Amino acid sequence: MNGQSIVSMNNVDLIYQSLEGETPALSNISFDVSEGEFIGIVGPSGCGKTTILSLIAGLIKPSPGKVLIDGKEVEGPSPKVGYMLQQDHLFEWRTIMQNVMLGLEILGINNDENRERAMKLLDTYGLAEFKNHYPQQLSGGMRQRVALIRTLAISPKILLLDEPFSALDYQTRLILSDEVANIIRKEKKTALLVTHDISEAISMSDRVMVLTKRPASVKKTYRIELTGDDRSPIELRKAPEFRHYFNEIWKELDIHVS
Amino acid sequence: MSVDTAQAPISEERKRYLKKLKKRRMAIRVTQAAILVLIFVLWEVAASLGLIDSFITSQPSRMLRTLQNLANEGALFMHVSITIAETVVGFVAGTVLGTLIAVILWWSDFVSKVADPYLVTLNSLPKVALGPILIVWIGAGPASIIVMALLVSLVVTVISMLNGFNGVSQDKIKLLKTFGAAKLQVLTKVILPASIPTMISALKINVGMSWVGVIVGEFLVSKAGLGYLIVYGGQVFRLDLVMTSVVICAAAAALMYHGVSWLEKKYIKWSQ
Repeated sequence: MNGQSIVSMNNVDLIYQSLEGETPALSNISFDVSEGEFIGIVGPSGCGKTTILSLIAGLIKPSPGKVLIDGKEVEGPSPKVGYMLQQDHLFEWRTIMQNVMLGLEILGINNDENRERAMKLLDTYGLAEFKNHYPQQLSGGMRQRVALIRTLAISPKILLLDEPFSALDYQTRLILSDEVANIIRKEKKTALLVTHDISEAISMSDRVMVLTKRPASVKKTYRIELTGDDRSPIELRKAPEFRHYFNEIWKELDIHVS
Repeated sequence: MSVDTAQAPISEERKRYLKKLKKRRMAIRVTQAAILVLIFVLWEVAASLGLIDSFITSQPSRMLRTLQNLANEGALFMHVSITIAETVVGFVAGTVLGTLIAVILWWSDFVSKVADPYLVTLNSLPKVALGPILIVWIGAGPASIIVMALLVSLVVTVISMLNGFNGVSQDKIKLLKTFGAAKLQVLTKVILPASIPTMISALKINVGMSWVGVIVGEFLVSKAGLGYLIVYGGQVFRLDLVMTSVVICAAAAALMYHGVSWLEKKYIKWSQ
């Protein structure tokens, strides 16, 4: 599988150092993601899910082990990877358009062509009329959509989604996860979604990876095959297999409130 | 969402509501003005009736005359403009230099940690105590006064700006780093713009600080300016001169403060 995988982690460990001591966050993680795949990552709270995304984004380096994108070792942040955080973090002093252009500015590629494409993305996803608004004039759901477009504007091949809906209310969350899944499918991106929400993971992903408690390793991976003509996450939640996956993953997560 | 504030016709209830708001705003303004007028009227009347000794307390009508005399001599404009010029230069220099130092401290955590105890000490040190040193080093002139104004506002600016810089959300910085931002880009794209509100509040504080610096400086060294008039007036027991100068000081400081507020409104569209 290694030949065609766009992201792969090989025996990755990660240990955080601090004055108080060492905190092992990841232990011997290995997985491959093929191009166009949507991977859900679930695991107990604080198990190191975000750490996996930070490694792929090149924000931190594995202690031992290798992280590869397109077969090349990750040396640092790359425009091939787009990262979407829990909160939208739109800059309130920039208009929506200026926010969307942020990544392009930093990469030094805010030329007319890219500006045009960013504008088109805003247009396609219903935000064009707000391009000169400031973020605080938009609702939470719209802001998070702008954040997604800001990530897409640099044309990444891989999207890392770090609980991108957790700050939203339930209804907005359902609708937005639906939209985001459709956008990602339409733009043919590879995506890794970290979430607490098992339903969200099952309905959006092609595969769901369950992690163990810290230090995290991959406990089990489920290939999600839901029947249904409509491939949108909200509709897929109605598939007969949905509950079966939910129960399996819930059991695997082995969460105790003590 | 405040996106579409509908252009619908205004209802009666809303009209009443807006009217009530307007009335209240007026009431506040009128009361504020009335208090000022009342103080001056009481002052004038009490002095005329001999309830208070106008030799010690002065009197609005005498202050007005003093003002007129100063204006006729052409001295008023000279004194006021010297003091304002010193204040503005000290204020701008303190803010710019303070921000610059804060940037350096933000840039290097090591330097910041090393400088910390020095900053704390300098912050608690009464800058007035440095007056004589300034006179010896720089000379008894406007330069000393400006440096005094700068010193008074500098450390506060450094500390509050640095707090502002360090208070910028780590996630915003992480976001920039995912785009591969270099440190300079983190500074210019997020740290500085996110700190503009902090800078404005530092400016507002610095207006007051610079006035303290300049007036104290003028007490110590000057031959002109409002601080000089106050000290001179006190020495020759002309309280009219002292009171007039104090009132001018208050008016000028208030104007400068409002100038900063105006800048804030004008340039921070997004913060409303």
